Amino acid sequence: MAELSAQGATGTDGVRDEYMAQTRRKRLYSGLLLIVFVALMVAGFQTADARNAGGFWDGWHNILDFPAQVWGEAAEKAHELPGHLVTFFPALVETVNIAAASTLLGTLLAIVFSLLSTRGLARWPRLIPVFRRLMDIMRAIPEIVIALILIFVLGGGPVPAMIAIAFHTVGALGKLFSEVNENASLQPVEGLQSVGASWPQRMLLGVMPQVAPNYLSYALLRFEINIRASAILGFVGAGGIGYELKNAMSWGQGQFDESAAIFILLFLTIVFFDQISSYYRERLTKGKLA
Amino acid sequence: MTMTAAGPVTDYKAEASQLFLRKRLMNFGLPAVILAYFVYIFFAFDIPGLSERASLDNARTLVADSYSYKTHVTYDARMDGLEIAIEGERKGTYDQGESPDWVTRTDNGATAQLGGGHEVVFADGAVRYAIPGYGQIAARPSRSGVEMSFPQGELDDQPEWINASKNRLTVTTDAGRLTVTRTRAELFKYQFGWELFWFTLDSPFHGRSFGELVSLAGSSERLVEGKSNLAAMWHDFWNNAMWRHSEVAWAIFETVLMAFLGTCGAAMVALPLAFMAARNFSPFMAVRFGIRRVFDFVRGVDALIWTIVLSRAFGPGPLTGSLAILLTDTGTFGKLFSETLENVDGKQIEGVQSTGAKPLQRYRFGVIPQITPVLLSQLLYYLESNTRSATIIGAITGGGIGLLLTQAIITQKDWEEVSYYIILIILMVMAMDTISGWLRARLIKSDDSGG
Repeated sequence: MAELSAQGATGTDGVRDEYMAQTRRKRLYSGLLLIVFVALMVAGFQTADARNAGGFWDGWHNILDFPAQVWGEAAEKAHELPGHLVTFFPALVETVNIAAASTLLGTLLAIVFSLLSTRGLARWPRLIPVFRRLMDIMRAIPEIVIALILIFVLGGGPVPAMIAIAFHTVGALGKLFSEVNENASLQPVEGLQSVGASWPQRMLLGVMPQVAPNYLSYALLRFEINIRASAILGFVGAGGIGYELKNAMSWGQGQFDESAAIFILLFLTIVFFDQISSYYRERLTKGKLA
Repeated sequence: MTMTAAGPVTDYKAEASQLFLRKRLMNFGLPAVILAYFVYIFFAFDIPGLSERASLDNARTLVADSYSYKTHVTYDARMDGLEIAIEGERKGTYDQGESPDWVTRTDNGATAQLGGGHEVVFADGAVRYAIPGYGQIAARPSRSGVEMSFPQGELDDQPEWINASKNRLTVTTDAGRLTVTRTRAELFKYQFGWELFWFTLDSPFHGRSFGELVSLAGSSERLVEGKSNLAAMWHDFWNNAMWRHSEVAWAIFETVLMAFLGTCGAAMVALPLAFMAARNFSPFMAVRFGIRRVFDFVRGVDALIWTIVLSRAFGPGPLTGSLAILLTDTGTFGKLFSETLENVDGKQIEGVQSTGAKPLQRYRFGVIPQITPVLLSQLLYYLESNTRSATIIGAITGGGIGLLLTQAIITQKDWEEVSYYIILIILMVMAMDTISGWLRARLIKSDDSGG
């Protein structure tokens, strides 16, 4: 008995020691990881600071200079502001149209692509990897690359931006959609197949009703992102409010009241569509609309 | 009795037919609305006028340049000088006495064999271009205009691939293009590949095959004084003036750096703020409300405007890009993190509390393990997405691969560099995607706290 209990004691001691050692080792690893991470961040910021035109420590107190200047000029010419808002409204509509058209176009194509790349639903199962790779590449190309090239070929305007954003949207949404498709029940599809439905009919009547709410929710989120993208692409020459902003900025000091009007319009638009989209997405995911 | 029973039945029927009507309306209405919107877009974006604005020539140059390079042979009649340069750039100019194998320098000019029987002879201040199946065109640049003679016909009834006027002659064939103006004659020949990608003409390693290079790397005979062959090769490749490999590598690094600093910095700033914005951790409604509005504000202002504002203070460069991403994503992460925090399981915190843990310890052992997997997966997802944003921000503010790309596109001639950069960007984003996916799988699987 005595021997046994003694053995038991050393046993628990051993377990405890082992546990403590393991904890210490784990802590050491976590600590090391943290140190490496902090070192990376510090070194990274120093490198970025060194390669920047102006340093952080020279410039940080100037951060508010430009907003203050814009604000000051806008306040000074406050009576002209409503006029500017009206002037730039068509450009804003164009930016939103670019986002909407590209989201719509991208969503429609993404639906086809995602169905073609989902196991069990694909029209040509052998080509699934091909469509997946294709979507990966479409997702990997930043919009600006396609936009700049299309601006060179097609000339400036909204069309290059629309195509560029739609292209990226197909890749981004296609991946999300095919994840949704994988959770769809195959029974309706099989039922439809047994009565001789063609592939488009099976997808439209068997799969779509199951996945439509999720699709819509992702598409709305994408629309939010695409509004921002379309404003940015305008800045490199593809029409819309971004283009007007670039022009307004290039006039420089004394003309910042127009920039201020554009900032306000852009900010309000982004917030407005964010709110609308998150409201509907909430309703969709909670199942009230579905 | 029968009357009362009939009531609900007709109701159901009416209800059902109404439902069908609504569905039918939806099924036809939705496509109709989408179609109507596309019709509106078709006219609003002036797509019918696109064909006028579109430039097929530009498209052709773009495609041709992306996989081929052209060599310029410029013959200056008055100076009697001949210059051969790849892409017409000074960095790609052949030394006097050297030439690509299809050009033979002669005492008073040169002979260029364009292949397929096409031959151009520069001699004595004049050019002769022999075209199989057509004949020989001769042209002499002079101060009063280009004197030219054709095998048949006059100046204004030539085939459409010959564009001739008093002061200018352009002959475009499959083999090459010859332009003669009043001062000089210029010949372009397109060839497949990205010339000078590894070594420029001034490097002793130019024009050698891979096997030769390998054996040179192993041999002790030195081509460059004071350097091993391998080091010299690396030096010549890395400092290639035409393709600027070291600059491109730095630009890619800067872009990834912007994404990394922006994303991780945003997460570090957003985490403590998210605690203050979460309902179950922050007792003060005013603080919660205030911080949420801050999140909404920085998110709503968007990276574009932040980039403009910050580049005014810091000038162009990677720091500006990092901070723009950091600010925008602080809002995004703050929102996401605070939503995650509101969904944590209170039981674990109670459990930790029951052992006598202080508030900070409760957070450390009760909350952090629950949210880490979600946070990490969000962070890694944004890291990949921000690599793309960093490319775009770089194009606006001037930094990283985005800047190189826009510069190359704006000059409108270095399309092979544009395609090189595009390939690098795609590879970079895909690499980041793979790395973040790999990290996500490892970090989240090794952590047993759910998620």
